[in-house]
Amino acid sequence: MFRESPIIRWRNYSDRYRLNGYKCTKCSAAYFEYKGLCTCGNLDFNEVQFSGKGKIVSYTMIHSGPEVFENKSPYCVALIDLVEGARITAQVMDCKYEDLKIGTEVEAVFRKFYASGEKGVIHYGTKFVPKF
Amino acid sequence: MKVGVLGIGITKFGEIWEEGLRELLLDAQLRALNDAKMEPKQIDALYTGNMCADSLSGQLHIGAMAAENLNLDKPSIRVEGACASGSLALRQGVHSIASGDADIVMVSGVEKMTDVSTEQVTTALMGAGDEELEGFNGLTFPGLYALLAKAYMHKYPALTRELLAEVSVKNHFHGARNPYAQFQNEINIDTVINATMVADPLTLFDCSPITDGAASIILASEATAKKLGTEVYITGSGLANDSLSLARRKSLTRLDAGHAAAQRAYKQAGITVKDINFAEVHDCFSIAEIYAVEALGFAKEGEAYKLYKDKQTYFDGKNPINTSGGLKACGHPVAATGVKQAVEATMQLRGEAGLRQVKGATTGVTYNVGGSGATACVHVFKKMK
Amino acid sequence: MAGIVGWGAYIPKYRITAEEIAAVQHADAKAIKAGLGLTEKSVPGKDEDTATISVAAARNALARAEINRKEIGSVYVGSESHPYAVKPTSSIVGEALDIGNTYMAADTEFACKAGSATIQINAGLIDSKMIKYGFSIGADTSQAEPGNALEYSAAAGGAAFLMGPNEEAVATLDFTCSFTSDTPDFWRRAMQAYPSHAGRFTGDPAYFKHVEASTKMILEKSKLKITDFKYVVFHMPNGKFPLRVAKKFGVTKEQIEPGLVVTKIGNTYSGSSILGFASVLDIAKPGDKILVTAYGSGSGSDSFVFTCTKKITAAQGKAKKVNDYIANKEYITYAEYLKHMEGIHQ
Repeated sequence: MFRESPIIRWRNYSDRYRLNGYKCTKCSAAYFEYKGLCTCGNLDFNEVQFSGKGKIVSYTMIHSGPEVFENKSPYCVALIDLVEGARITAQVMDCKYEDLKIGTEVEAVFRKFYASGEKGVIHYGTKFVPKF
Repeated sequence: MKVGVLGIGITKFGEIWEEGLRELLLDAQLRALNDAKMEPKQIDALYTGNMCADSLSGQLHIGAMAAENLNLDKPSIRVEGACASGSLALRQGVHSIASGDADIVMVSGVEKMTDVSTEQVTTALMGAGDEELEGFNGLTFPGLYALLAKAYMHKYPALTRELLAEVSVKNHFHGARNPYAQFQNEINIDTVINATMVADPLTLFDCSPITDGAASIILASEATAKKLGTEVYITGSGLANDSLSLARRKSLTRLDAGHAAAQRAYKQAGITVKDINFAEVHDCFSIAEIYAVEALGFAKEGEAYKLYKDKQTYFDGKNPINTSGGLKACGHPVAATGVKQAVEATMQLRGEAGLRQVKGATTGVTYNVGGSGATACVHVFKKMK
Repeated sequence: MAGIVGWGAYIPKYRITAEEIAAVQHADAKAIKAGLGLTEKSVPGKDEDTATISVAAARNALARAEINRKEIGSVYVGSESHPYAVKPTSSIVGEALDIGNTYMAADTEFACKAGSATIQINAGLIDSKMIKYGFSIGADTSQAEPGNALEYSAAAGGAAFLMGPNEEAVATLDFTCSFTSDTPDFWRRAMQAYPSHAGRFTGDPAYFKHVEASTKMILEKSKLKITDFKYVVFHMPNGKFPLRVAKKFGVTKEQIEPGLVVTKIGNTYSGSSILGFASVLDIAKPGDKILVTAYGSGSGSDSFVFTCTKKITAAQGKAKKVNDYIANKEYITYAEYLKHMEGIHQ
């Protein structure tokens, strides 16, 4: 039921739509989305616009997805190291899975994730495609 | 620390259509009471692990259910830590006794998973990861371990696809010798490699199944246990945590929480890895057993493959792992698993493990993990006179 | 007047050939290709829609414009496949572009000229100094009924134009005009999945009448001759209609072919003429004059005269070009095409 809530996803719009990130003012560690307390203990962050460029650290093709992604299976999800230093989880689209490698360079794109049923809000965010 | 095990009870693990949540739990509770030759009213407190009853059965408040099952008004609490719920409940029970708050405690774990579709279970299990950072992106539970497998096998190519398959082959071998295991069939490497892909590189046979089941264990203080002539004791409990999401871990090729939990448990029990005769570990996916073996100290990082190459992890090998059949062959009713591990450890130490008995076992460990490694809980079991 | 400070385009990666569609329709692909001047069309990815295409094109425009994006005073998105019937695409795009909250916004619909209409809206807002910069975007993930002739051409793509003061423009907007009438050549009722059209009526009384009238008007207004233009772009429902108009006005092959994207990616509806326009901006030189006439069924035509400035050369290489997107392609089967189109409502 929470997946139907437009409010839960709205809170993260600016971060998710734009790959808005945070850099610790003390140790410069970079975070995407939730930052909480920095691992160095600092609570103060600067907002940073990530460039959207990164490299694949690990990746997989998911064949058995949850309900909201059922008609989109199979799809590829990866761990990506952004050039700014943050590591994020994201889908990788528009590519032949066999061509992907650990180390493939990718860039961020704005894409649709899923809609909360026929009547619900459409959720958008950032995915990645291989650099071209 | 010494907390005695008075009784153990476990249901058959599998697709138990005729029994719902409370029936499964009661079944395990009564078996444990029977094994301990005790009456419900002798229980001072109950801790029950459960992960999915709210999303799959609409039922929270499992603590109240556990007490009501035995018509008790005693303190009863539900414990949740994703797939580590069972061992966390065990730890709560141990602490409750060690603190003097209770003398005899019943710890249970129960999960009812087969009433809903696979997609619904997949969705529910995603709660073990980070919903906002991983769930939103469609990263399923198998997907998490697939990412780990890819990273590990890239860094340590000595763990080949074939060697990884040996994990499931060995676990099915044990399951076929365990009457309460979900799967009683032996398999070979081809079964694993040729099965349907779930999340590359993990196939259906690299993944633990969807299972119903419950397990119960009755614990007592050292004094009470000694009086009753109990032989099996829990002598160490270690718990450690890490980030919810994989992306925020320091390393993708080791589960830091597992290493830390093991060290804490060994320290409390006053043992080293050399003292351990067998281990029940958390093989939610075959690759997870590899991480477990290294976290517990049986092999250095990247070298667990050697144990499988030399077939050392069979019940009669140098390093028995998962004589119950593990999560793969015994089944994985999520929160029941941590307690099942305690039940199997007790059976081994009592000499009741039948065709899978580890000869002369006196010390065993259980290793239970939540999510992709955000929680790891290790207990040390010892046979003492 | 106002001018274009930055432009950008986006075309999804997937393509389906006329042969693939013809096989299912039991039709003669060769005849269709020859008759319609088409080869293949672009298909949106399963996670793409008008909003995502608009954002991709707009981000390219911002890469070329290099302005303070918080000074953008408007976002207008034109489409006939907005993701919602009620909830604006323009605010989703505005949020994704990080332009702050002080901007005017609305979605437009006028069949294939919904995008070009927004250029006129922003020209007015900028010229009157109500805003400094404004985004004009046209994008579509057009739907066509399986088995219908439109299936060969209905494609996905879009272009975005960041408009602003002439002093900052890479191309100034010198003249614009429109010719509009109530002509029911092509329409879609609410809640209907696919559009309907009036067959051959879509030709002379609709497309040709309005495109020719508007083009004639702009030539008179600007006092320019067809030979004054380096490039000419007409709305492209197929590869034939624009060539017929071109012939009538004496437009040469060299003037029309660079912008004739329809032969490679099909008709991107609200993206059609403006994608053609974007592709000639990718190669234009300072001083080049460009004539664009868009057409939207229902019916109307918007015409524009642009002159490229010295600033255009440096901006061209700052983002992916239309031809880069055209070249980045992957073919899919008809079955896959249906899966891709499954999620496209509206």
